[in-house]
Amino acid sequence: MSRNWLRWGLLLSPLPAALVALQFGAYPISPWQIWQILGMPLGAGTPPEAMVQILWQVRLPRIVLAMLVGLALSASGTTLQAIFRNPLVDAFILGLSAGAALGCAVSVAFWPGLPIQLTAFVCSLLAALLTFALAHTRGEVPILSLILAGVIVSAFFSALVSMIKFMVDPHKLASIVFWLMGSLSLADWLAVRQAGPCIGLGALLIWLGRWRLNALSMGDAEAKALGVEVRWERGLFLLAAALSVAAAVSVSGIIGWVGLMVPHVVRMLLGPDHRWVVPLSMAVGATFMVLSDTIARTFTGGEIPVGIITTLAGAPFFIILLKQRGQESWRT
Amino acid sequence: MIAVADLALSLNGRPILQQIAFQAQPGEVTVLLGPNGSGKTTLLLCLCAHYRPGQGDIQICGQELTSLSYRRLAQLVAVVPQDHHPVFPYQVREVILLGRISRLGFFSQPTSADDEIVDDILKLLNIQQLADKPYTRISGGERQLVLIGRCLAQEPQVLLLDEPTNHLDFKNQFVILKLIKDLARERQLTVLLTLHDPNMASLFADQVILLAQGRIAAQGPPQEVITAAHMAAIYHLEVEMLRAGTRHLLYPKIG
Repeated sequence: MSRNWLRWGLLLSPLPAALVALQFGAYPISPWQIWQILGMPLGAGTPPEAMVQILWQVRLPRIVLAMLVGLALSASGTTLQAIFRNPLVDAFILGLSAGAALGCAVSVAFWPGLPIQLTAFVCSLLAALLTFALAHTRGEVPILSLILAGVIVSAFFSALVSMIKFMVDPHKLASIVFWLMGSLSLADWLAVRQAGPCIGLGALLIWLGRWRLNALSMGDAEAKALGVEVRWERGLFLLAAALSVAAAVSVSGIIGWVGLMVPHVVRMLLGPDHRWVVPLSMAVGATFMVLSDTIARTFTGGEIPVGIITTLAGAPFFIILLKQRGQESWRT
Repeated sequence: MIAVADLALSLNGRPILQQIAFQAQPGEVTVLLGPNGSGKTTLLLCLCAHYRPGQGDIQICGQELTSLSYRRLAQLVAVVPQDHHPVFPYQVREVILLGRISRLGFFSQPTSADDEIVDDILKLLNIQQLADKPYTRISGGERQLVLIGRCLAQEPQVLLLDEPTNHLDFKNQFVILKLIKDLARERQLTVLLTLHDPNMASLFADQVILLAQGRIAAQGPPQEVITAAHMAAIYHLEVEMLRAGTRHLLYPKIG
C-alpha cells in the first residue's frame, strides 16, 4: 500500500515542484498571486502586469524547459542502463555530450550567426551516429563495441573542443566554458518549441516500449530467445534516447549526473520493473531538474550553472540511498 | 517436433558439428549426452537460431528454422540457458511474465490475461510463495524453476534446456528432471536437454543422443545407448554396469 502511495506521489511530484519553482526568484510571487494570474481568464482578479509577464514569459517557460530536460536525461539514462546492463552508463556514453560541446564551440568561435542550439543539436546527433557507425560490425552493434566507440568519439570531439578553446579569445572562451557547465538561463518559449518535439518523440517511444527493456536487460542471447528482435528494437531505443538527449543538450548545455542518478534512485525506491521505472524516472527527473534549477537561479544574486547544483544536491542523497539499499537496485 | 538433417557448423574455421541428423518427438525427453566440448551446447544454440549452420536443415514443427523471425521462433521454442547472469533484481512474477513478450507487439503492455497465465504457472510449479521475491535472492533450484516457468509462459511446442541440473543439489536434480518429464508428457512438449550424468540420462530420457567430437556417436533408447562399451569409447574411462531390476547404474572403475 505504501509502495503505491510512493509511486503515485513520485509520478505527480512535478506539479508541486513547479508550483514551488513558480514562487521563487528575484521577484517573489505568492501562491495566491499565482492563482490569480493563472485564473485570470476566469476573472479571478487583476494582478500587476509586470508580474503576469514574469510568470508567463520568464518563469513558466524555464520551468517547462527544465522539466523537459530532466525528463529526457533520466528517461534515456534508464534506457541505456537497461540495454547496456551497466549501472555506470547514461546517454552521454554515446558521445552526445562531446558532440554538443563541439557544436557549441564551433558556433561561438567560427559562426556566431548560427544559433548554438542548432549546431549543438546537429553535432550531438552526428556524434551519436558516428558512434553507431564505428561500432557496427557484420550487421550487428555489439554493446562492448558501442561503449568503446562512444569513448573514442567522445575523446576525439573533446580534443577538437580543447583546440578551439585554446585558439579563441578569452571572451569567447568564457562563453564556451559557461555553456558547457549547463544552464537554463536562456530559456524561453522558443527553446521549448525547439526542443519539445524531439524530446517528446524520443520519450514517447521509450515510454511505449518500456516493458521490452526488461527483456533487453537480460542480455542479447536471452532477449532473442524470448522473441525480441534485438537488432532493430535496441536500435530504436538508442535512437530515441539519442534524439531526446541531443535536443535537451542543445537548449541546456551539458548537465551531468541526472541521467545517471535518477534511474538508480527510482529502482532503489520501487524496484527494477521498467514498466514503472520509465515513467517514474521521467517524473523524478523533471522534479529534480526543476528544483535544482530553482536553487541555481535563487541561491545567489547571480546564476549558478545548474549542472553544479544537480551534482552537489544529488551526490549526497545518492550516497545515502546507496548505503541503505544499494543491493536492491543492482546486483554485482 | 524437431527434425535435423545433415547439419554442420564451423566456428572461426574450426568444425564444431558434423553430420548431425536426428529427430525429437513431442511428449518425449531427448537427452544430449557427451564429454565437455563435444558440441552439446552448440547444437542447442543452433536450434534456437543463435548460430546459423553453414550446412544442413533444421525443421521446427514442420517449419524451416531459417525462415522464422526471433519473435515467431520464440512462440515455438523456449530456452532455459545454462548461464543466466541477472543484473536487475526483478520479482519472480516479472521474470515469468517476460515469457509473454513474443506474444505481444512492441507497443503493447501485458494485460490481466497475461498476469493470469503467470499465476497459473506459479501454481503449477508450486512457487506462489516466491512470486514477489527478487529472483536474484532465491536458491539455484528455485531460479531454475522460475526460468522453466518463463518458458511455459511462452506456450511453446519445444523446450530446450542447457544443463538444467547444473549447480543443483542431489534432490533438486531429480525434482527438476521429473518436472520436465511430466511437462513433456502432459503438454506434448518436445523436450531436448543436455546432461553430464549418464545415469540421470538413463533415468529420465526417452531418447539419448551421444555426441563425441561434434558427431553423433550413437542414438536411441537409453538402454541401448548408455552402455559400458559406449561410455568407455567416448569418455576413455573404464566403467562397470550395476543392475538392479530394470534399473542400471554406471560407475567408473577408479582406484
